[in-house]
Amino acid sequence: MSNEATLHGHAEVGTSHEVHHDEHGMHHHKETFITKYVFSQDHKMICKQFLITGMIWAILGGLMSVLFRLQLGYPDSTFPWLEDVLGKWAKGGKIQPEAYYALVTMHGTVLVFFVLTGGLSGTFANYLIPLQIGARDMASPFLNMLSYWFFWMASVVILSSLFIETGPASGGWTVYPPLSALGDANLGSKAGMDFWIIGMALFVVSSLLGGLNYITTILNMRTKGMSMTRLPLTIWALFFTAVLGVLSFPVLLSGLILLLFDRHAGTSFYLSDIFLTSTRQALPNEGGSAILFQHLFWFLGHPEVYIIILPAMGIVSEVMAVNSRKPIFGYMAMIGSLFAIAILAFLVWAHHMFVTGLNPFLGSVFVLLTLLIAVPSAIKVFNWITTIWRGNIRFTASMLFAIGFVSLFISGGLTGIFLGNSTLDIHLHDTLFVVAHFHIVMGVSAFFGMFCGIYHWFPKMFGRYLNNTMSYIHFWVTFAGAYLIFWPMHYEGLAGMPRRYLDYSGWHSFNQFGGLNRFISTVAMIVFAVQLMFVFNFFYSIFKGRKVTSQNPWGANTLEWSTPIRPGHGNWPGEIPEVHRWAYDYGKDGREFIPQTEPISANESKH
Amino acid sequence: MSTIFLLLILLLGFLITFQIAKASEYVGILKGEKKNLEQNNRINGFLMIAFLVLGLIGVYCCNEMFKGRILGEAASDHGEKIDNMLYITIAITGVVFFITQILLFWFAFKYQYSEKRKAYYFPHNNKLELIWTVIPAIALTVLVGFGLYYWFRITGDAPKDAMQVEVTGKQFAWIFRYPGKDNIFGKKYFRNINDEKDNQLGLLWDDPASHDDLVVGNTMYLIVNKPVRLIINSRDVIHDVGLSHFRMKMDAVPGTPTTMWFTPKFTTEEMRKKLNDPEFEYEISCDQMCGRGHFSMKGIIRVVTQEEFILWRAKEKPNYARVFTDNAPASPGKTDSTKAPTAKINSTAAKLLAQTK
Repeated sequence: MSNEATLHGHAEVGTSHEVHHDEHGMHHHKETFITKYVFSQDHKMICKQFLITGMIWAILGGLMSVLFRLQLGYPDSTFPWLEDVLGKWAKGGKIQPEAYYALVTMHGTVLVFFVLTGGLSGTFANYLIPLQIGARDMASPFLNMLSYWFFWMASVVILSSLFIETGPASGGWTVYPPLSALGDANLGSKAGMDFWIIGMALFVVSSLLGGLNYITTILNMRTKGMSMTRLPLTIWALFFTAVLGVLSFPVLLSGLILLLFDRHAGTSFYLSDIFLTSTRQALPNEGGSAILFQHLFWFLGHPEVYIIILPAMGIVSEVMAVNSRKPIFGYMAMIGSLFAIAILAFLVWAHHMFVTGLNPFLGSVFVLLTLLIAVPSAIKVFNWITTIWRGNIRFTASMLFAIGFVSLFISGGLTGIFLGNSTLDIHLHDTLFVVAHFHIVMGVSAFFGMFCGIYHWFPKMFGRYLNNTMSYIHFWVTFAGAYLIFWPMHYEGLAGMPRRYLDYSGWHSFNQFGGLNRFISTVAMIVFAVQLMFVFNFFYSIFKGRKVTSQNPWGANTLEWSTPIRPGHGNWPGEIPEVHRWAYDYGKDGREFIPQTEPISANESKH
Repeated sequence: MSTIFLLLILLLGFLITFQIAKASEYVGILKGEKKNLEQNNRINGFLMIAFLVLGLIGVYCCNEMFKGRILGEAASDHGEKIDNMLYITIAITGVVFFITQILLFWFAFKYQYSEKRKAYYFPHNNKLELIWTVIPAIALTVLVGFGLYYWFRITGDAPKDAMQVEVTGKQFAWIFRYPGKDNIFGKKYFRNINDEKDNQLGLLWDDPASHDDLVVGNTMYLIVNKPVRLIINSRDVIHDVGLSHFRMKMDAVPGTPTTMWFTPKFTTEEMRKKLNDPEFEYEISCDQMCGRGHFSMKGIIRVVTQEEFILWRAKEKPNYARVFTDNAPASPGKTDSTKAPTAKINSTAAKLLAQTK
């Protein structure tokens, strides 16, 4: 019944807007440049806005890492051109400690929030939800537009913080107080930290507007016949992602507001017993708890890593099935494991705090819950491997990234078992082992999921193909590079090398890895250059790429491939198609693929 | 100049790649989509298996290259437990790693597109799924079991006869306090802190227990084979006492004291002989981001014999005596800059810091 009600709803929307769709239905009556490209309410345009903003951030964030890798790889050299670019932050051609910490902090903030949350979820939730569930747009296109523009405002605030005199926030992306609360303790905790808090507040607003919209749309606006268990796994993953975001981001915001009070209103939520060497003064604050902030932060922070990785998992599941020409193995188990991960995501935050003086008993509970997550993760990995088993695999660029994702997810996931075990965490906490772990499992993996999605849906987004040769080079260099950078880094971590050090040469225990650090820095720069090639390929192909000539170039089952090659606002000319089956009938009854729109025939075999 | 040259080479390389990429696209169109796809597929299928083989060789080489550099035998009893846990975890996850990676790349290679092959319609199999839910669950139970067994032994109460040392972090140095003969730490209050008057910890001189407290900077002396309990504080922001040779770590949180205990197994001298490294020191690294000097916040632990320790302690003056019997007020920063090993510490880091002042 609800399906029909929504169907009626669509019909009304369609007529009241007087949308006329033709085969290349890009033209819309009253569309001006502003309403089409700037304040667009079309989910497909908003997706592109998120994607391109995310790409700009990714380049900036990547560039920051190249700069600080330069310092780490060559701590004794000077680079006079750095002073030309960065001014006082690189006096004498050497990155200053404040600048180094600002770079590290902003690299983390930008990539975690602005690229892998805003850029990844924002892009694919906006693009895929209406197209794959069979809706003309989001439940509220207007809120959707606001979601992007809040993201944009957040971006502007964070970007401008890079240019203020005292520099951007520099206490690490986790902004632990008291360091982040006291400008006298850290240069970046002066105005830069206020910018950071305001920027993040705007980001949270954007994320909530988007998330609520995604949930509402998925629950209410599925086309006729599209029951929840017929949804592609991308939609399930994006659904759980949105739920995680809606429940956890407000906690971060509240934590940040308390931090703001501590900074400017003289409260003592996080501050107690502090004497600052730089001012030779004791602060009046007593009775606060610095650890409270960590609880609030990680209550978001841990779900956040799943907010990053779940969409990638969904995309990879879909792309693997399409290109193996086989159904995804264990569809229900895949949904079940997504659900289990989403629940457990809220119950493991304190594993980031094993060495803060946390009660050891409480720690043990978090060990148990943390290692539990490995079970649904293992199910997913085995299901992906079984999906390609006896398939007929086409190595499109997106399929390569999907396979790369699984490989990286295995490697990074297994080192998570080291860190989630409090006994080992005592030694490994805050070492480069942690850096290697999370870069592989949520950094590079999530990027692979994102590339996988871009390569797969680029023809749908822009009606043209990306250049294949450049895509293959992009994949193999990035994949090999990721392992070359992060695999040896685990050894540095096992040696106890602390993270966030800009120079290890003064340490007798840690100076044996100088050569390795140079090697890692070199590879990182090559990989970064190849990402620039991808960006070039992306923009070049939008205008000059080979044109898509068939409606369903990958031979996929899902609904987005039943729209015209360049769909207009409203997605389908005429009626929204009805769905008769799940999304994964590949290779069934000797047929290569059976689209979701095809009715079940009488003599079809059951599964 | 060389930078510009490098950029030019990069640009040239990029242009060549781009031209090749464009040309191969045209060739692909000429050859026909199907043939093109088959060729790309063969190349990438081969690269998959090549990546697996090279990757496994790489893993082996990397291990050969670096296994000797990861600090060697743990220097504390707790460290041994942690190392045991590490080996158990490496064994279990290692098996999973090799099986899954080999299957992944092998399947990718083996089941690459062929006109003759039909994909096998295999949507689910409850038995298989049950197997790979139960097996990881069992493996993880083993890991959790061992982990918690060690965890509770490491975080449990320290032995009653353990020596006590208070460690306080500040930007960017460590201060150590020994309770003196009465074995009681005198009371302190952070508003009493006064570096000029040589009261770095804010000790309350009204409390007689504070009179024999020993306050030293930079180097902490411990007795070999005697359990030590560290009471960890911070004066300003969060720091972390990282002892990589002992495999121990604990945050220093302002306002909330934390503790950890362990038993050092080898004296510094023994370690020097063992590692054949006359410069060796146990280093305390700050492992929690604490500001611009974070990377240079170093302390030293000297593990000595009981006799050596007594001799050392006899030479040190209690903080109270330093303040009240040396009539002249101590010069600022006396305690943390005059002790012997300080000068050597981290000269590059100090230079870096000086530049930015």
